[in-house]
Amino acid sequence: MTANGWLQFAVFSLVLLVTVRPVGIYLERVLEGGRTWLDPLLRPVERLIYRLCGVNAEAEMSWREYAFAVLGLSAVSMVFTYAIERLQFYLPWNPQHLANVGTDLAFNTAASFTTNTNWQFYTPESTMSYLTEMLGLATHNFWSAAVGIVVAVALVRGIKRTNSSTIGNFWVDLTRTTLYILVPACVLYALLLVGQGVPQNLHAYTAAHTLEGATQTIGQGPVASQEAIKMLGTNGGGFFNANSAHPYENPTPFSNFLEMLSIFIIPAGLTYMLGRMTGSPGHGWAVFAAMFALFTAGFATAYWAESHPYSAIRGATQTATATLPTGNYEGKEVRFGIADSALFADITTDASCGAVNGMHDSFTPLGGMVPLANIMLGEVVFGGVGAGLYGMLIFVVLSVFIAGLMVGRTPEYLGKKIESFDVKMAMLYTLIFTFIVLVFTAIFVLLPNVGLGTTSNAGPHGFSEVLYAFTSGAGNNGSAFAGLGPNWWWNIAMGFDMLIGRFLMMVPVLALAGNLAQKKSVPPSPGTFPVNTTLFSVLLVGVVLIVGALTFFPALSLGPILEHLLLKSGQLF
Amino acid sequence: MHSTATLEASQTGVPKATQRSAVVHSVWKTSIRYTVVSAVLLGIVYPLLLTGLAHVLFPRQAQGSLILRNGQVIGSALIAQSFTSDKYFHPRPSAAGNGYDATSSGGSNLAQSNAKLAQRIQGDIDRLAKENPGTPVPIDLVTQSASGLDPDITPDDAYYQAPRVAKARGLSEDVVRTLIGNHTEQRTLGLLGEARVNVLELNLALDDSAK
Repeated sequence: MTANGWLQFAVFSLVLLVTVRPVGIYLERVLEGGRTWLDPLLRPVERLIYRLCGVNAEAEMSWREYAFAVLGLSAVSMVFTYAIERLQFYLPWNPQHLANVGTDLAFNTAASFTTNTNWQFYTPESTMSYLTEMLGLATHNFWSAAVGIVVAVALVRGIKRTNSSTIGNFWVDLTRTTLYILVPACVLYALLLVGQGVPQNLHAYTAAHTLEGATQTIGQGPVASQEAIKMLGTNGGGFFNANSAHPYENPTPFSNFLEMLSIFIIPAGLTYMLGRMTGSPGHGWAVFAAMFALFTAGFATAYWAESHPYSAIRGATQTATATLPTGNYEGKEVRFGIADSALFADITTDASCGAVNGMHDSFTPLGGMVPLANIMLGEVVFGGVGAGLYGMLIFVVLSVFIAGLMVGRTPEYLGKKIESFDVKMAMLYTLIFTFIVLVFTAIFVLLPNVGLGTTSNAGPHGFSEVLYAFTSGAGNNGSAFAGLGPNWWWNIAMGFDMLIGRFLMMVPVLALAGNLAQKKSVPPSPGTFPVNTTLFSVLLVGVVLIVGALTFFPALSLGPILEHLLLKSGQLF
Repeated sequence: MHSTATLEASQTGVPKATQRSAVVHSVWKTSIRYTVVSAVLLGIVYPLLLTGLAHVLFPRQAQGSLILRNGQVIGSALIAQSFTSDKYFHPRPSAAGNGYDATSSGGSNLAQSNAKLAQRIQGDIDRLAKENPGTPVPIDLVTQSASGLDPDITPDDAYYQAPRVAKARGLSEDVVRTLIGNHTEQRTLGLLGEARVNVLELNLALDDSAK
């Protein structure tokens, strides 16, 4: 580890902190129907969309209607993307004449992008046409990000409203989120990326004649427009196979800084919006503090682990010098080095982004355990856009419930009594995730021909690859240990892993929102557990860690922990 | 925005099952229309608008930072290409396709506990050690990057290769070292990322200095 590495972490954190309040205020203004400075330009577009789609912008929805609309849009748009993939050969903007995508892969990819996961069982530059990237995949980057945000907002409204049977209008929330937040931010951001060197064109791939007389074909495409929403919407699906490690997706340390910041900027702003909308700014900051503590712990562990020399080789410089802050360089890019690769890995899995600027598969066993554990904790450290906040609010409900049990009173949360139904929904959310991760992993470990036998690394690391895949899918992250041999079974199982991990977990959240909204508010009493204190932040971190550790420690000890111990004793596979 | 009229409330008097199917029906209809309308906006208008803007504002970058010599594209400043001759600096080893394949980016995805990784790295170290006996091999020279297309090497790596390049070109080592110094890009703002040397640009400078 170097002082510069920690300085980069500190500067990143500081810049993030500065954005929290303005972003939070803007989010609230957009989602609670306030005026923005973009109104003169975008209000007419917004109205036009409502008219074309037959949306009654005045109508409010119950939680059931809201959930129906979420599922309806997701189902239709998933079929839409499946169709484009299956027909891309006949459609325009396919200069490389790439073939139609096969049925199982097309299903897997459509599920993957609909669920904000962006798991990729294919090499994009040799599989997907420009049209498929733009119209089939980047559209989902917008939709799924907006869906995540509006579900979180619906939950916050549920906390805020009293005696209300409704939690907002899905179509209005979705449209306003896309138009006033995602699109304008992406236009600016994508241009910044192009300035750094990210291509944006529709040309055929370039044939270069190299200095040594060979021919190199260089993939091109509308990369920047997709890169922007891929990061800002915590989607993470690369335009190229190497994702944000590819020099065309992430050419400089500055673009890397922007990409890391853009993962966290909306999720962090949402914590401020939570505090503001519920009239308890201190609560927003308490949630932020809990998230920040977990974020720091993840970075420290990954950076420490990745700075260690590789014990199985001799004769290379592996102790840091002034010009070579060395460590584990396999699967890392020189322009990022160890610190930025560890920081990126921590951020992308704290959130449900899943973009990578280094290969997690080649991380040290403990360094690679950090992204895996981050996803297992539920991606509640800032988290995916919206999904991170509602995931953390589930843990908040559990925390106040536990605090209530300790003092023997009915738990309250911001004036709402937390009752049996609310805790059931919170537990359902937690258990569905655990269940699909562990059951799918167990099945694929027991089927050597389709699961464990297809991994590129043997021993405990092979097990980690299977575990990572299903964790990443269910958590809608999309980053991978890779190393799997994709086949029909993988495509279908991962497809369902992602769909269940998204929609079966979203419905309990909306049910919780609806149930909280119809309650009356009770004034705080001396027995109320305050949710804007350091003690609350500590309890929240504790609950997140305990739930995660109780569930996943046995699996982790068979994977990365065992691998670490064996590697230390010189055992290779 | 917060009118109290809900879809349910506006349909009182209608039997509940009919109400529900009406709601479901309208959700499907809106979903289909919404998908089409917003797909045009987000999937066609947005990327084309950006393509237009990018070509006006940053034409070179938008095309992929291509480098031309005598009207011919010889590569991209951002994409590593293979160099094997002694008179050129070599990029990091590549796992992209069969090596430096810019249509198949990616890393080795080998774990530290994989014997193949240890053997590959150790083999490269032993081979390079003959070139520069007694000097430890910079780790980035023997590890495959994440993209397989890493255009950069560390300054240590470049200086390690300098004696070989100088000898093959009949140049003094000092000349080559000066060239490396001129082509070393420091951390952005002295803070972000790590110092690096772009291999293709350095090799082009070597060729130019020979003319």
